[in-house]
Amino acid sequence: MSSTANLLELKGVHTHIGAYHILHGVDLAIPKGQLTMLLGRNGAGKTTTLRTIMGLWQASQGSIHFNGRDITRLHTPQIAGLNIAYVPENMGIFADLTVKENLLLAARKASNAAQMDAARLQWIFRLFPAVEKFWNHPAGKLSGGQKQMVAVARAIIEPRDLLIVDEPSKGLAPAIINNMIEAFDQLKKSGVTILLVEQNIHFAKRLGDNVAVMDNGRVVHAGSMAALAADEALQQSLLGLSL
Amino acid sequence: MTASDFDWKPLALVPLLALVTLPLVGSPSTWLTLTVAGLAMGMIIFIIASGLTLVFGLMDVLNFGHGVFIALGAFVATSVLGAMGDWTGSAELWRNMVAVLPAMLVAMAVAGAVGLAFERFIVRPVYGQHLKQILITMGGMIIGEELIKVIWGPQQIPLPLPEGMRGSLLLGDAAIEKYRLVAVAVGLVVFGVLAWTLSRTKVGLLIRAGVQDREMVESLGYRIRRLFVAVFVVGSALAGLGGVMWGLYQQNVVPQMGAQVNVLIFIVIIIGGLGSTGGALIGALLVGLMANYTGFLVPKVALFSNIALMVAILLWRPQGVYPVTNR
Repeated sequence: MSSTANLLELKGVHTHIGAYHILHGVDLAIPKGQLTMLLGRNGAGKTTTLRTIMGLWQASQGSIHFNGRDITRLHTPQIAGLNIAYVPENMGIFADLTVKENLLLAARKASNAAQMDAARLQWIFRLFPAVEKFWNHPAGKLSGGQKQMVAVARAIIEPRDLLIVDEPSKGLAPAIINNMIEAFDQLKKSGVTILLVEQNIHFAKRLGDNVAVMDNGRVVHAGSMAALAADEALQQSLLGLSL
Repeated sequence: MTASDFDWKPLALVPLLALVTLPLVGSPSTWLTLTVAGLAMGMIIFIIASGLTLVFGLMDVLNFGHGVFIALGAFVATSVLGAMGDWTGSAELWRNMVAVLPAMLVAMAVAGAVGLAFERFIVRPVYGQHLKQILITMGGMIIGEELIKVIWGPQQIPLPLPEGMRGSLLLGDAAIEKYRLVAVAVGLVVFGVLAWTLSRTKVGLLIRAGVQDREMVESLGYRIRRLFVAVFVVGSALAGLGGVMWGLYQQNVVPQMGAQVNVLIFIVIIIGGLGSTGGALIGALLVGLMANYTGFLVPKVALFSNIALMVAILLWRPQGVYPVTNR
């Protein structure tokens, strides 16, 4: 039975990809209305955890509950249909479609651009001005930072209960990272629950309410971001660095 | 997409090929006749290939059995048109169209229905397994051909053009066969409907997105397999329509006609870029024109000309003229 305070709960989740055993019993709780950072070294299993939550890879053992409902065996479209938005590590931008078409695809209630929620669109334009600027341009021709903005904008084009983003700051210039931090800060204030995988520690420190650290396919630490940021010895032992 | 973003070079190949062959052919009237014949052949091949390229682009499925829907459509047309002899025998074009239109619609319906069963029982069990897809879909085509022989017999069946579509129109000294103009018109209508659906509707948007990244489409909450089944059925129905057009073009049908056309349509979708409808149109027009020009200029190499064309295009653009997938 899942806790009502947690929007998403993973218990003892194992994932195999072909012959490889990637997740070795992941326990993870994502509190409602908060931003949780999932940290860890390369190959720790962070992306696999997100893909397993989304049903892109099936868990071989364990359970995943969302809003109290068991979603372990659901298919990806069913999981997304529960109001979960996902931005993969490669951003998943449809390069040959325009920015408008990318967003229209995610607006499930709209069959054309005119039917998209105008007020929400204006809010997104304020969060990510590049989305408005390049509205009718092919998304594939945008820079990495602009694509990331389009990817996040697409994820929030309609209100979602949970936003899952894999490494939003990856490969971005510092100025763009600051824009992204401001955007996620505003998203937090809007009340949406967010799960972010990050390698950028400053990004994590400025945004995270909670943190879970993964190593070798397991969550080895979970707690508040502030507590981890204040404990240098713990940072060294978990991540091999200091916040 | 703005006009400046559009890649015009592949599109320019079609008039370029036509212009280059003008001095080689010599006579402008002969050149015009060959060009219209090539465009008509290209349009029919496009009708057949458009569904196949989307099927590959969406689900990475190599359907070597596509040809069976071509033959099925053509044989259905022999039955429907055979039963409407009074209408096809009339010299009035509108009465001919009244006969040809239901033949097309019935052929599309039958090919689409068989396509639905083909996807469910032959293609679905081998998703993601290319070698098995090739073997089982070729096997499906062989079974389909044998079933056609059981129903219609193994012999060649004539499919004469309706009276009003026979003969030629004279444009100066050039004789343009009426049916070729009909084929170009039908091809343009099909392309127009496909282009409108793909660019102006949400379903079209989903298909275009699914061709690029089907996992992301699923992550947005859409069931790509349902979309794929729909595309497979529409693709089969279009192959059935193409079969009617091809049968009337050849004026006879044989159970093996699908296998014969299969080679051409695979050349077309490879030239076009797997998954690209616009690329398939360019590829089909190039193949149609090349077949007609070389058939006139150097008949001995006509058989190989389209393979040479494909090789030349792939040397220029290894993923086809308009690549949309990274596979």
